[in-house]
Amino acid sequence: MDDALLDKLEILADAAKYDASCASSGAKRRTGGPDGIGSTTGAGICHAYTPDGRCVSLLKILLTNYCLFDCAYCINRRSSNVRRARFSVDEVVRLTLGFYKRNCIEGLFLSSGIIRSPDYTMEQLMLVARTLRRDHGFAGYIHLKTIPEASPWLIEQAGLWADRLSINLELASDRSLKEFAPEKDGTSIKAVMGQVGERILEAKEEKRRFSPAGQSTQMIVGADASTDLSVLETSDTLYRRYGLRRVYYSAFSPIPEASSALPAKPPPLQRENRLYQADWLLRYYGFTVEEIAAGGEGGMLDLGIDPKLAWALKNRERFPVDVNRADREMLLRVPGLGARAVDKIVEARRHATLRLEDVARLSSGLKRSRAFLIAADHHPGGLTDRADLRQRLVAPPKQLSLF
Amino acid sequence: MHRPMYRVELRDGADLDGFRRALRGLVALGVEPDEVTWSGGSAPSLFGAIPEAGAAPLPADAPPVPLPRPVGDLIGTVVCHRDPERYALLHRLVRRVVRGERDMLDHHADPLVQRLAMLDKAVRRDLHKMHAFLRFREVRDPDGGERYVAWFEPDHFIVEATAPFFVERFESLVWTILTPVGSLHWDRRSLTVGPAASRPEGLDRDDRFAEGWQRYYESTFNPARVNPTAMRAEMPRKYWANLPEAAAIPRMIRSAPARVQAMIEAEAAAPRRRNPDKAVAAMARQEPATLAELNRIIRAADPLVPGATQAVLGEGPVGAAIAIVGEQPGDQEDLEGRPFVGPAGQLLTRALEEAGIERGAAYLTNAVKHFKFVARGKRRLHQSPTAGEVKHYRWWLMKELGFVRPRLVVTLGATAALALSGRSVSVLRERGPMRFGQTGEGDWEGFVTIHPSYLLRLPAGEGAEQAHRDFVADLRRAREMVEGAG
Repeated sequence: MDDALLDKLEILADAAKYDASCASSGAKRRTGGPDGIGSTTGAGICHAYTPDGRCVSLLKILLTNYCLFDCAYCINRRSSNVRRARFSVDEVVRLTLGFYKRNCIEGLFLSSGIIRSPDYTMEQLMLVARTLRRDHGFAGYIHLKTIPEASPWLIEQAGLWADRLSINLELASDRSLKEFAPEKDGTSIKAVMGQVGERILEAKEEKRRFSPAGQSTQMIVGADASTDLSVLETSDTLYRRYGLRRVYYSAFSPIPEASSALPAKPPPLQRENRLYQADWLLRYYGFTVEEIAAGGEGGMLDLGIDPKLAWALKNRERFPVDVNRADREMLLRVPGLGARAVDKIVEARRHATLRLEDVARLSSGLKRSRAFLIAADHHPGGLTDRADLRQRLVAPPKQLSLF
Repeated sequence: MHRPMYRVELRDGADLDGFRRALRGLVALGVEPDEVTWSGGSAPSLFGAIPEAGAAPLPADAPPVPLPRPVGDLIGTVVCHRDPERYALLHRLVRRVVRGERDMLDHHADPLVQRLAMLDKAVRRDLHKMHAFLRFREVRDPDGGERYVAWFEPDHFIVEATAPFFVERFESLVWTILTPVGSLHWDRRSLTVGPAASRPEGLDRDDRFAEGWQRYYESTFNPARVNPTAMRAEMPRKYWANLPEAAAIPRMIRSAPARVQAMIEAEAAAPRRRNPDKAVAAMARQEPATLAELNRIIRAADPLVPGATQAVLGEGPVGAAIAIVGEQPGDQEDLEGRPFVGPAGQLLTRALEEAGIERGAAYLTNAVKHFKFVARGKRRLHQSPTAGEVKHYRWWLMKELGFVRPRLVVTLGATAALALSGRSVSVLRERGPMRFGQTGEGDWEGFVTIHPSYLLRLPAGEGAEQAHRDFVADLRRAREMVEGAG
């Protein structure tokens, strides 16, 4: 690896870091054997964490940050003065294998600016994946960003080599997309999601390999005027209609070379966090978008408390819930009880009547849940309905320490 | 009340075999957990259970203790823990399980179960962190081959337990893992478990990729989102010493606020580069403009079905009145690279002649452009494409027909009918004219008939002759439709 390649790596990693996705999960177990290299374990591994708290699982880089598109929120838009670089297919392959052999990564997450044409760009991405798989027997994880403007047959090919495909929706509404990303088109993005979703489903049924870890997308939050409600409605549609595995939310963060079309100040990072919590409630806790949104005001989630607690505080007539009797669905709605704690409770109560200290052993969120729970030796009494319950549950905000 | 009556000496570290042997004897004699003291780190000569005065010796050939699978798994991980009480706790668990509490691991609120669950979790986390945070360095091999060495300090006795992960992942490499509690060496064929090691000198030299990884780590960090608490929760400081990239962490955190401030204060700059209008306009012209360009793309692409040596492209004049779409190339087509040259193709050519259609004037192609087969000895057996595979190829077929612009598309067999109509078609029941078209593309006047290979499979006789006459009649009707439309 020479100095020139190191410089490119720096530029093209910096350019790729605004993509929140890092997951290396969902692939079937697979190994490269004596002639190949690598394995996938199903759950994925985070090989490091950066001081922004994010996990480093895949080598996340762009093939190039030259781009003909002019999306206002993107540091790589054609009108930005950012430093530019371009990898060859072979260089990406070498970097991936080199880092993989040192156990730094689970695999590759490759995206790119649009050069020459969407088709040309998509083909280059596909070639990287194909070279890794076919010429090097690479069995690690490959996540390819799909260029939605590329011809459909290139996407059909990409799915043969990738574990996951993703297409970033970027903005929740078509109108915002038109305004901020003139070369993009919401309808065609969703058409490609439909195409990919269909192929994934068919391949699964026919036991063939096509993007076996599914597809995901990302929405930028806080760059446009979309409310949390409309963001969550979009996610809900994406999960239902296109079978997406994950929707990532990325709080718009200030970028060097920012466009004047954007707000100067970033949204609170807490907003992103609340959206992830809401997303979880949507997928694993049986909540609807309407219920989640009703916990906040005017289509925005409550930044001060998590959306489950917000919902519970506004629906106190549903509480307290008896841990020894309530069904799983209702237990999932108790603030402070996670899905795993609920499963343990359901199993454990077959063996014994649970007291509060038993629940404390199963769940780490008892401080929040005790006002909403009945156990063998515990009843919250009037606590559930106290007007100051929220204040009691929310600790005063602590200053983050920057050591 | 009870005095310890047995002392069990085990090997240092995770002595699963020693524990299992002792446990069998203890269970066979019904020894209570509080009648045993466990100790590790003994000299090999002392291994085993030592009864104190008055106690019966443990039987050497006691039978295995049948345990539910989750209990066995739990024992396997918990013995790796550093906690000196681990064996005693496991003995208590086993005692209760054999006394009838078979499902006791489900009783998550039980204090013993909870304690063991915590040990189990700690070991699993340690395993996971070793899989994650161990870093190999490439070292100079005297023979010039690739060789990798890693140094890692796990919390628990997990070195052997991590071996399957590293062997599976790096089976094709030669590597050594050194730790203060044991070492592993893999030579591409076999694994050697070795003694404890000390940190090797000079690992950091001469590995540009290690340097590259540090640069990558710094570049992928977003200073606008600094959150060291979240980082330390998952990557506590104790791991930093062996992670080369961690050296930069304090500096990255220190400089973050100033970097963000600079970004916010920087005014949006006017683009320095000239607007690439021409290049932007040229993007729109990426679609193949001619059939020849499309064919170049198809020829260069990978098969989307297993098998196939080459793509078999359509054949015939652009503007042909009739396009005939088959299923996929067969063995002979695959070798020659031309459609309809095998037995079914020859039959089709004859039938076309009988129906008054000149083969050279029609456009002939297939729904799937590659021969899908499985090899049986020297023979290559045709496999029908699945519905999903047909869809992979559909984009090309639609584009192709778009260039040819026939007045009528004749589909031969179920696969071609599926490709054109987007649904599964019962050919014998629905043969005849059919309007293809869906979602604004692939809108064609069509005609559904059988595939000639169907005729080849019929036993000779009156039935087969009738089927052949029907096929020719279909083709004739198709010709009349075109002539009538003309």
